[in-house]
Order: sequence, then structure tokens, then C-alpha cells
Amino acid sequence: MANEEQNSDGLEFHPMDQFIVKPLFGEIGDPVHIYTVTNVTLWLAITVLAVIGLLVMTTTKRSVIPSRGQAVAEMAYGFVYKMVEDVTGKDGVKYFPYIMTLFVFILCANFLGLIPMAFTTTSHIAVTAVMGFGVFFAVTILGFLKNGSSFLSLFWVSSAPLALRPILAIIELISYFVRPVSHSIRLAGNMMAGHAVLKVFAGFAQVSGGMALLIVPVSILGVVAVYALEVLVSFIQAYVFTILTCVYLKDALHPHH
Amino acid sequence: MEGNIAEMGQFIGAGLAAIGSGAAAIGVGHVAGNFLAGALRNPSAAAGQTATLFIGIAFAEALGIFSFLVALLLMFAV
Repeated sequence: MANEEQNSDGLEFHPMDQFIVKPLFGEIGDPVHIYTVTNVTLWLAITVLAVIGLLVMTTTKRSVIPSRGQAVAEMAYGFVYKMVEDVTGKDGVKYFPYIMTLFVFILCANFLGLIPMAFTTTSHIAVTAVMGFGVFFAVTILGFLKNGSSFLSLFWVSSAPLALRPILAIIELISYFVRPVSHSIRLAGNMMAGHAVLKVFAGFAQVSGGMALLIVPVSILGVVAVYALEVLVSFIQAYVFTILTCVYLKDALHPHH
Repeated sequence: MEGNIAEMGQFIGAGLAAIGSGAAAIGVGHVAGNFLAGALRNPSAAAGQTATLFIGIAFAEALGIFSFLVALLLMFAV
């Protein structure tokens, strides 16, 4: 966003402007401190409220014949529970609450970001890296607590020929430490790219000029199509984030190849 | 045509990094296509493997995301 002043004559629209963190109160140019209430913190709080609304409010008055909200909450619960059980096995079910929290939070954050004029909190690496590194540290500490030093056998591929094992150990080690980076950037990159594409399609209408009658309908159709794709991507990325958490958890619980 | 050459290099580099997205697209298509080919041979086994499908897609996509990251770093951080 540094060189946007220079090429402002080339592009009239700025697809990345929607990701700028602004303080909610005070002047536009105010510095953002750690305690400043910004649009990110506002939408994170709205996400938490949405999760509470979905999971707590709908299940306080439970009934045998579920209401619509209760049905959604039960479906989400069953979906994540089955995923944890399938991937990590019976002994991973203990960590189900953490994974359920991640899934519902990311899903709500992604979907709330799709509301027009909303801020997509998951498009910021600062937000997703907290979750990604949280998973990384939790899984690493858990692996050492459960298995002791035999957790390191995760890097020692005993099924490979002996001569290859040191090389494989280095590759495994590198891929282990790249995990939190790819884990968090996958979510942030997907959300950011999708929303930028939305803005680019909308920007075609803005810069169409004399050919507006021809371009504007195409642009609107494009925005609608990309928006539909984004709804799908929002869900799939939340799913991928949680299922990778399950895979990492399985590695920590059963490190032997 | 004036402007500094470093800025031009940033744009060219970001454009080259976009090739990585295409390569990731090949990888994702390969995973999904092979899954579909296998699933049509044995549809009853397909439902149990959707999680594996998404894990495979995620790993193939991660490297494409890295190229996207390189492009973003070139555009906004360098």
C-alpha cells in the first residue's frame, strides 16, 4: 500500500484498501496501538457474538423437535465431532472442544466478512497466525508430553532405507516448522485473494467510462459469481483449517510412522 | 515512460510469482481429478475419503499460496 499515491492515475479503484486497519474512534491518520479499538477488533467481537448466538442461545431451550437454530448447532457439532473422531481416532476426541472452537470461529468470521461493507478479520495474517501458531505450539507441547522424547520419531521415517533416513529427517523437520506458516497463510491468503477479486470485478464497472452499458452488466454478473464462489471457499477454508489441525493432532498423539 | 527501475522489477517479479498460482492449480486439479476417477470406479469407498481429498488439496494449494505471498511481499513490503 506504499506506492498507491504514485500510480493513482492508473487505477481509480484500490482493491486492497478494504484490508486497511483503521481506528474506530478519532482521526483517520491516528496510529494504531495495541489497545486501540479498530475495525478488526469490532468484527472479531461481532464474530464472538455470532458464535454465542449460534451455539448458546439456540441450545438453552432445547427440545426433542429442534428449532431451526438448534438444528444448525447440532449439525455443526455432529460434523466436527465426526471429523475429529475419523482423523485422530478415539483418543483425540478429548481435544474436540478446541477444534470445535476453531471451526465455528473461523466459519463465522469468514461468513461475516462476506456481508457487504464488513471487515474480513480472517484476511489478516496477524489474526490467522495467532490461531496457526496456537495450534503449532499446542500440538508440539502435547506431543512431547504424551510421548516424551519418542515424539522425535516423527522425523525418523523407519519405513525408509537407512541411508535415506537422515536426509528425510531434515526434510521432515523443515516441513514440520513450515506447518504453522502455511496453515495460517492458507486461510488469510484465500480470504484476502477472494475479496480482492470481488473488488476488482466491481472496479471494472467503475472504470468502464464510455462503454458502461456493455461492461457494467458483465461486472455485476462477475461479482455475483465470485461472491457465490466465496461462500463456498469460506466454508472449505474453515473445514481445511480444522481438518489440518486434526491431522497435526494425530501426528502428536501417534508419532510413529 | 519514466519511473525507477526497482519499481518495475517489483511488478515484473510479482507477475512472475503469479505463475506459481497456475502451477498450484495444476496440482489441485490433479488431486481432484484422480479422486474423481477413483470415486467413479468405487463410489461406495468415496465418501470415506473426502477428508483425504481436502487434505491433499490443502497441501497442493499451500505452495501456490507461498507464491501469492511472494507477490504480496514484492508489491507491498519490499
